[in-house]
Amino acid sequence: MPSTLRHLLFIVAPLLIVFAILPGVYENHLMLFNFVVFLILAQGVNVIYGFTGYLPFGYVGFFGGGAYGFAMMVMHAHAPAPLALIVAGVAAVLLGLLLTPLLRLSGAYFAIANLAASLAVLHFVANPALEDITRGPYGVSLTATFNPNAAYWAALLVLALTLGVVVFLKNSRFGLALQAVREDPVSAAMAGVSVVRMRVVAWLASALIAGLAGGVYAWYVSVFFPDNVFSGTFSIFAIVFALFGGVATIIGPIVGVLILYGVYNLIGFTTPQYFQLIYGLLIMGLVLFLPAGLVSLATRRGWHVP
Amino acid sequence: MLVYALVAGLLFGLYFSLVGIGLNLVFGVMRIVNLAHGDFLMLGAFIAVGVSALAALDPLFAVPLAFVVFVLVGLVLYRLLVPRLQGSVNPEMLSIILFFGLSQVIEALTTIAFGTSERSIPSSELGAILAPLRVRLFGDADGPVELFGQTFPATWAISAMVSVIAIGLVYVYLYRTRLGTLTRAVMSRRDEAFATGINVDRVSAAAFGIGLGLAAVAGVFAPFMFGSVTPAFGEDATVTSFAVVVLGSLGNPLGTALGGVVYGISYMLVQTYLSSWADLLPYVLLILILLLRPSGLLGRRVRVA
Repeated sequence: MPSTLRHLLFIVAPLLIVFAILPGVYENHLMLFNFVVFLILAQGVNVIYGFTGYLPFGYVGFFGGGAYGFAMMVMHAHAPAPLALIVAGVAAVLLGLLLTPLLRLSGAYFAIANLAASLAVLHFVANPALEDITRGPYGVSLTATFNPNAAYWAALLVLALTLGVVVFLKNSRFGLALQAVREDPVSAAMAGVSVVRMRVVAWLASALIAGLAGGVYAWYVSVFFPDNVFSGTFSIFAIVFALFGGVATIIGPIVGVLILYGVYNLIGFTTPQYFQLIYGLLIMGLVLFLPAGLVSLATRRGWHVP
Repeated sequence: MLVYALVAGLLFGLYFSLVGIGLNLVFGVMRIVNLAHGDFLMLGAFIAVGVSALAALDPLFAVPLAFVVFVLVGLVLYRLLVPRLQGSVNPEMLSIILFFGLSQVIEALTTIAFGTSERSIPSSELGAILAPLRVRLFGDADGPVELFGQTFPATWAISAMVSVIAIGLVYVYLYRTRLGTLTRAVMSRRDEAFATGINVDRVSAAAFGIGLGLAAVAGVFAPFMFGSVTPAFGEDATVTSFAVVVLGSLGNPLGTALGGVVYGISYMLVQTYLSSWADLLPYVLLILILLLRPSGLLGRRVRVA
């Protein structure tokens, strides 16, 4: 059996089926929805950080951009939700295109510039001077498209698409070329890899993923403020979840989300400061003792991890 | 109004230089991105609140206290964290995540210990011991100070003054002491410094300690410059520090002084003439500088992928 099919059959399909069945047996739908959103975002971070080495510290910029793209379409064009969702993805890709010059920066410089970019977008959207267009800091209310059930299914669809992208990267020449660029851009260029084009494509793909996630989020919650959808927590959670499991794998980010977001749901709401403490210590322990994530426990023993 | 914006920008800018200089020292010497920088600032602010509320002393006394305490904290943290980090594959990236974790721990512990309420200090308390000096210079013991025909809160002037002194001391350290000379050697070529027999580890530990100490000193004035502080204050402070540091050039501590002043003046100008867009400024400035002049205003080496 080719490995692509194996990955789709044994990792992607079971995960999607579980999350398709769960709403029928578990009543906290918002939590399930958040799980799906973080699965999408963690894989989106995986696409850009795992395969190219660029750490998107302002990843939420695309998420919020998508959410506001969705909101603009619904508020001003009275578009149906599926169309608005597509626009959400397009908005994030456009933002990604606008930010492609950032890819010229390396290492920490990129991470910081990306963080600054996401905050710039937040302050732009939340500016009271743009109240007529974005409602500024007062938030948007999208009652016309309110339909959490449909939004949940759309989220699953986006998750399927995202996992498809990651499976493709894991099993294709394109993904291999990206990892070669990550390890050593000069050698990769010598071997005939088009470094710039590869990076830009991965960057825009991860922007699209986050934009679609933002769109379904806007659809699901329907009332939100700029500070909600541009909250740095989304970037940080997505990065930490992906790293905790292990990037540049398919199951790493999935495992990371299921474990860490599970812990968050157990203690994060009742005693946020204790969650923050545990979470901070976990992150530090992870970097110091397991920098390649949980999957490295298996890869160290020589087991292959998809 | 223009004069006011310029002078206020200068005072704020000098203070912002102090806010950023520790971050830059740490990055320049170790290539480590201290994302918990703002949290050490916040802790410094809490020391000032403690000194003023518990001991009823002038918050200026918190300056040496905060510096000494956080130099020691820095030396301990360095031993615990940095050697392991630098043994990993990609220390620069992982440092961002590691110190993010540290910032979460600090924020959580502070919240558990002190709660989330806003802390402030009456502005008349800062510089109370300087009152005799003020009477001689300005003729009154408190109230705003007058500069170039404009009046400013006295706390701004005192913060700017202390910042200038602190930056001057950093200059003396880097250019007039032996350890400082070694520090500059490590900053410009880490591996060559190592090869010539410099104890890179000791130099780095000292720089890390001093970096945190300077952050805490800047924090002492945060309740006056920003009105009040909460445990969550650290995050905003970190981003502002990054804007200042990148503006001046990452890896050149004295460039930070220039970066801070440029940042402070442009902030005040935008605040005065285009107030609703002022929040955008640090970020746009940061991105533009990174893209157009990645080496910063005073930098020499360009780092582009």
